[in-house]
Amino acid sequence: MNSRERILGRVRRALADVPRDDAPYEQAVSRDYAREHGQRSVAQTVELLAENLADYRAIVHRTDADGLAGLIAGLLDKRGAASVLVPPGLDEGWLAATGVTRVADRAESTPAELDRVDSVVTACAVAIAETGTIVLDGSPDQGRRRITLVPDHHICVVRVPGQVVSSVPQGIERLDPARPLTWISGPSATSDIELDRVEGVHGPRTLEVVLVGQGRIEST
Amino acid sequence: MSGTYLGMPAFPEAAREAVGNTTLRGNLRHATHTIRAKRATAVAEVSDWAELREAGKRIKDHTLRHLDRYLVRLEESVTAAGGVVHWAADADEANEIVTQLVKMTGESEVVKVKSMATQEIGLNEALEAEGIRAYETDLAELIVQLGKDRPSHILVPAIHRNRGEIRDIFAREMSEWGRPAPEGLTDTPAELAEAARVHLREKFLRAKVGISGANFMVAETGTLVVVESEGNGRMCLTLPETLISVVGIEKIVPTWRDLEVFLQTLPRSSTAERMNPYTSTWTGTTGGDGPSTFHLVLLDNGRTDTLADEVGRQALRCIRCSACLNVCPVYERAGGHAYGSVYPGPIGAILSPQLRGTGSEIDASLPYASSLCGACYEVCPVAIDIPEVLVHLRERVVQGGEVTREGNKVVLRPAKGHAAERAAMRAARWAFTHPGALRTGQRTASRTRRFHPRTLPGPGRAWSGTRELPPVPAEPFRDWWQRTRGGKDGDR
Ligand code: SF4
Repeated sequence: MNSRERILGRVRRALADVPRDDAPYEQAVSRDYAREHGQRSVAQTVELLAENLADYRAIVHRTDADGLAGLIAGLLDKRGAASVLVPPGLDEGWLAATGVTRVADRAESTPAELDRVDSVVTACAVAIAETGTIVLDGSPDQGRRRITLVPDHHICVVRVPGQVVSSVPQGIERLDPARPLTWISGPSATSDIELDRVEGVHGPRTLEVVLVGQGRIEST
Repeated sequence: MSGTYLGMPAFPEAAREAVGNTTLRGNLRHATHTIRAKRATAVAEVSDWAELREAGKRIKDHTLRHLDRYLVRLEESVTAAGGVVHWAADADEANEIVTQLVKMTGESEVVKVKSMATQEIGLNEALEAEGIRAYETDLAELIVQLGKDRPSHILVPAIHRNRGEIRDIFAREMSEWGRPAPEGLTDTPAELAEAARVHLREKFLRAKVGISGANFMVAETGTLVVVESEGNGRMCLTLPETLISVVGIEKIVPTWRDLEVFLQTLPRSSTAERMNPYTSTWTGTTGGDGPSTFHLVLLDNGRTDTLADEVGRQALRCIRCSACLNVCPVYERAGGHAYGSVYPGPIGAILSPQLRGTGSEIDASLPYASSLCGACYEVCPVAIDIPEVLVHLRERVVQGGEVTREGNKVVLRPAKGHAAERAAMRAARWAFTHPGALRTGQRTASRTRRFHPRTLPGPGRAWSGTRELPPVPAEPFRDWWQRTRGGKDGDR
């Protein structure tokens, strides 16, 4: 008998007390919890996202479609970035105002190469207001998981209000589990030393989130 | 479970030693009280906490009651997504599988994201014996590994170390393992974290094999989930070519949607955050993004034996948030090491003796490592009735009875006159000489309990002997406990 059969056999014997007509999943699991917490207008939800992002020490910026390229150029400039990682499907217009050297997100790049890049700019899949979370799903405008991990500076663009949901349940609903997902709430942090919070152990130490309002640029 | 630390004294002796260590007590007290206060705030923020807790409990209970079905389903979906599933009945088998998988890659070092399952089976030691070096990458685990120490808390394994101790460990040990600590390293947390970042980065960037656990596995989709803060998890899950995840079979949830419950309750219960900084999910392999080879090792190692116990199986609902540790008056004084396993605190007191059996002195004493105050139950986000299981396990230690070991039914003899009984008595005495541990909180006595001993348990005799109590009548244990405790220690 192999271990698979052995373990499954043990499980079945262990559950001899469970009746055959035990309540099915749909009935056994109650869903009385809230789909979202509290009532908010769309504008208030975006406001809450901004607040919670900032509370978790992400730097939040707001602009509209016309201001986006200038804002991103300014952020890279202020950071003194000499190179920026660019996912393949990123909107061309977003980087139109900056002359910083672009590095393509290529499967062949070694982690050491990525480590030499200063900043990365991506879009996101969804943002969750109640928890101050942005979620990346590896779509072409977000790139591979590692490009938002190795560089020390991440600029993430969120289209508001279209990409913003209130709550975790609403976020889960929008996401595709078949894709590799990265949920990000503030920059990398540790509280392992006497519970003092320190930003940035391994992930990017600076997370800047740009909320882009109405009249947005559609990605190509 | 091979997790008993060698030469480990039973809980009472270990606890007595820990209580005498004032640095440890100070570190622990500061830490547990800080997390405890923050957690209460984070929980108060969600109006539907009670409903989320109930949903979490029911999802896990339902899954456990049909675990065979969900395991098979998970295997199918992981395989369909490009992963390879292995089954390991015990620690040795799991270690053997992982060692072979690493050897097949031709590598002699691996990076690891903190995982209780791999600690439980002693994977690092097993790899070491085969010439493979495993680097722990969680900051606290790194502190523990460099300090040649053992973790003392589920979530913050180095909670027993203060910044000065950490500085000394880094300065002394880092060069042995790779990049040395910078000259003149001070004990500010920011500098210490920076030293760890630089030390570990060189390992991440060259790593070809990553080893992880998982917080959840979704049967429906084959998705695995790792919840973390530092980004070391993301490093281990995405940079290497090969990823090996070792996960206890109880970590399954049926559907993708179920995560909406646990991703709300876990961060708030554990680090008191609305959300932890990073959560990664992956479903098999994704071409060109992340590891090209993914192995999932499903671990039993005593879990099916635990499942066979109708009272005790609820311990398998645990999502390892560590909230119960932070509220436990016994843990706060004794520290994590006293529990003699990778699972300390209240959850350890019920999980370890079930995973390992109550044969050893430490395991037989663990059900007594509690004041039964009930605080652990109150905070548990999946509503595990830890006191109920503790009382149940005490009954088993003292009275014996039928249990399942390695899949077989065996009859346990009462531990009368046995080392276990002595351990239990000492534990009881320890608890009584530390009245603060008993005074904190009190469960309502109205709840009926299963524990109606036919004979008075060993500890009862011990107490009546040493505490000059009146003869103890045969009454429910809890009532008796409340009455005698209230009379002797006085509620102030
Ligand atoms: S028993 Fe409950 S409170 Fe304790 S670690 Fe597990 S889930 Fe958290």
